[in-house]
Amino acid sequence: MKNQQIKVLLVVAALAAIAIIVPNTNSYVILLVTRALAFSILVMSLDILLGFTGLPSLGQAAYLGVGAYMTAILATKYQFGLGFDFWLVVVFGILIGAALAAIFGLFAIRATGVYFLMITLALGQCVWGLAYRWNSLTGGDNGINLPVRPKFGIDLSQDVTFFYLVFGFFSVSLLLMYILVRSPFGRSLVGIRERELRMQILGYNTWLHKYIAFIIAGGFGGLAGVLWAHTAGIVSPENVVLTTSVDALLMAVLGGAGTLVGGAIGAFIVIALREYLSTLVPWWQYVLGGVYVLTILYLPSGLMGIPERIRQRRTLSSKPVDPKKLASVPS
Amino acid sequence: MTSSLLRRLTPVLLGGCLAFGMSPNSTAAAEELRIGFLAPTTGIFAQVGKDMVDGFQMYLDEVKNDFGGAQVKFTVEDEQGKPDTAVTKAKKLVLQDKVQMFVGGLLASTGYALAPVSTSEKTVYISSIAAADDLTQRELSKYPYFIRTGWTSSQPSHPFGEWACAQGYKKIVAIGADYAFGYEVVGGFQKAFEDCGGKIIQKIWPPLGTKDFGPYIPTIKQDADAIFSLMVGPMSLQFPKQLASAGIKKPVLGGGTSYDEFVLPSMGDEVIGHVSALQYSAALDTPKNAAFVKKYREKYGKVPSYYSESNYTTAQMIHEVMKKTGGKWPGAEEFVKLLASIKVDAVRGPVSLDDMRNPIQNIYIKKAEKKKMFGYDKEELWNTVIKTYPDVGQFWKYGKETFLKQPVYSRDFPPCSFCQ
Repeated sequence: MKNQQIKVLLVVAALAAIAIIVPNTNSYVILLVTRALAFSILVMSLDILLGFTGLPSLGQAAYLGVGAYMTAILATKYQFGLGFDFWLVVVFGILIGAALAAIFGLFAIRATGVYFLMITLALGQCVWGLAYRWNSLTGGDNGINLPVRPKFGIDLSQDVTFFYLVFGFFSVSLLLMYILVRSPFGRSLVGIRERELRMQILGYNTWLHKYIAFIIAGGFGGLAGVLWAHTAGIVSPENVVLTTSVDALLMAVLGGAGTLVGGAIGAFIVIALREYLSTLVPWWQYVLGGVYVLTILYLPSGLMGIPERIRQRRTLSSKPVDPKKLASVPS
Repeated sequence: MTSSLLRRLTPVLLGGCLAFGMSPNSTAAAEELRIGFLAPTTGIFAQVGKDMVDGFQMYLDEVKNDFGGAQVKFTVEDEQGKPDTAVTKAKKLVLQDKVQMFVGGLLASTGYALAPVSTSEKTVYISSIAAADDLTQRELSKYPYFIRTGWTSSQPSHPFGEWACAQGYKKIVAIGADYAFGYEVVGGFQKAFEDCGGKIIQKIWPPLGTKDFGPYIPTIKQDADAIFSLMVGPMSLQFPKQLASAGIKKPVLGGGTSYDEFVLPSMGDEVIGHVSALQYSAALDTPKNAAFVKKYREKYGKVPSYYSESNYTTAQMIHEVMKKTGGKWPGAEEFVKLLASIKVDAVRGPVSLDDMRNPIQNIYIKKAEKKKMFGYDKEELWNTVIKTYPDVGQFWKYGKETFLKQPVYSRDFPPCSFCQ
């Protein structure tokens, strides 16, 4: 229990550090951190499925996509969501993400393992197809430019102000997801991940549990989409393409699936390498590839698994192996 | 245990954010012109991006980075062929490198994404490649710092349509990549071709990046006199090959990117006789172009494509403006005004800009031929210029007002009224 408190404290400290340090750096860094925070929400939502429920979804970008497209379409066609009604758009974004997940979930949840991967992939591609071909609504390949960021008392076109907004959404999302995964519901999701049959025998409706988790993840994905649209200022089929889903999956795995915070760390590292390192050196792709390969080879539990691994090694070298201790790996 | 955990975790969490802060903030020297350049240097368009950068860099090397007294600081950023990334990188150039202008962007969608950045950051954006029609047409008023030195997608298509009529073609089947650039190139051709009495009897839209045209080629109507194709990247190589192996012997016309020098050297003999239209051909028989091709080839080991030429000329045009100001940066608004007013004798021919900041330039109708050129001793494929339409603007002969009244070319416009 004490261990858990320290971890929470560490995360809070890290968040405080981000909130204090980032606004004092240069404005490009602020922009990148804002992007990373917005994308982190998507990655964490995927982590609920991947890390806690054991459902590796390859279509998570679809929810980011509907949230982002909805924001862009409302803003450009109806001038909606550029004042206080921005908060309504946030609510709509969460609802539309959740609604889409509720529909997709009906198809996807029945499958497991590779089949789940494939069906989420197919459903994600459906959304991509719509974005790419429904020219009158989505602008097709050109996408939609958002004219301005919302203004309600505070002016979000200021990058620092907008950073704080996204930071706020990120912190709240992290908190909500943390509460979710530690709730009895979250515990039963982990139970499903570990051994679905046993949960069924114990009397749990595992289908319903998975379905609800899928919808919640979709809702957070929609929220990420709303923020992403205003962060990037452009929504295009590129946001819903398969690679965006794969990115989210890789980030979650890189940071450590089943840790929530790991997803955020993964997103920060990948975005830092891809968009910051690439401005410094032309061989950034090798670094990114190297990081992925090394993580998969030596840290199957991701970067968040590092302390655990060190602890294990110490215990192994100092004391005879205590199987009980090794088995109870806290998440 | 606790303290060691803290020690080990803190750098992981904080190191990332701290590492960002260390980048040096460049301070502006008095006589420095900072130009940012956006091209895809990784990903599927990396080779196109290389041509773009090489073209611009070659001009800079020629003048030793000296633009009328101003020292040019040239920063290339990788836009990865994604509009999203292009926006981030453009902001990086503006916010961190404090560039006075950014140049480039490959895809039409990237152009659409970058133009608003120029407005919000009050920084000049010169589109040397991205050809989306509306940027210098119906949407120009939104982008006061935007200027184009390349072309609009439909610009070469208009004279090309007229040329097709003059060849006696009556019925043509159009097959084009399924995205905005494809619609605009095909749309322009259809409009001009039907205005002089031709008929587009079928339009086929394979997706961008199609590798197998097997499902599309057999559907091409047999009674067509010719085929008009608009291919991009690897599609350009595959389509003529499969067309030839399907035994179709109809004349083939193509949009500029279907037969550009970027793909031409990798093509086979099946493309001999195919005709395309663009504002540049490496086989343009002028002393200026001969010198350009030879120099470029010596330096980079390949024939320059329009991607190279367009960026070379863009650098030249910026240089002309800086000569006028005596090396002083005139401010973004004034710079756009000056750039819009200059006329240059470029490699591609004379270039000036219209009042909507798009080039007026020669459009060349080119035929792929195998021959020796510029004293190279090997027989190679060249785009021989067979007809020149001088001083073509983006509105062709329609006039600005009439032209702007019609919607932008799309999948459904002009409607395919002769398709059954």
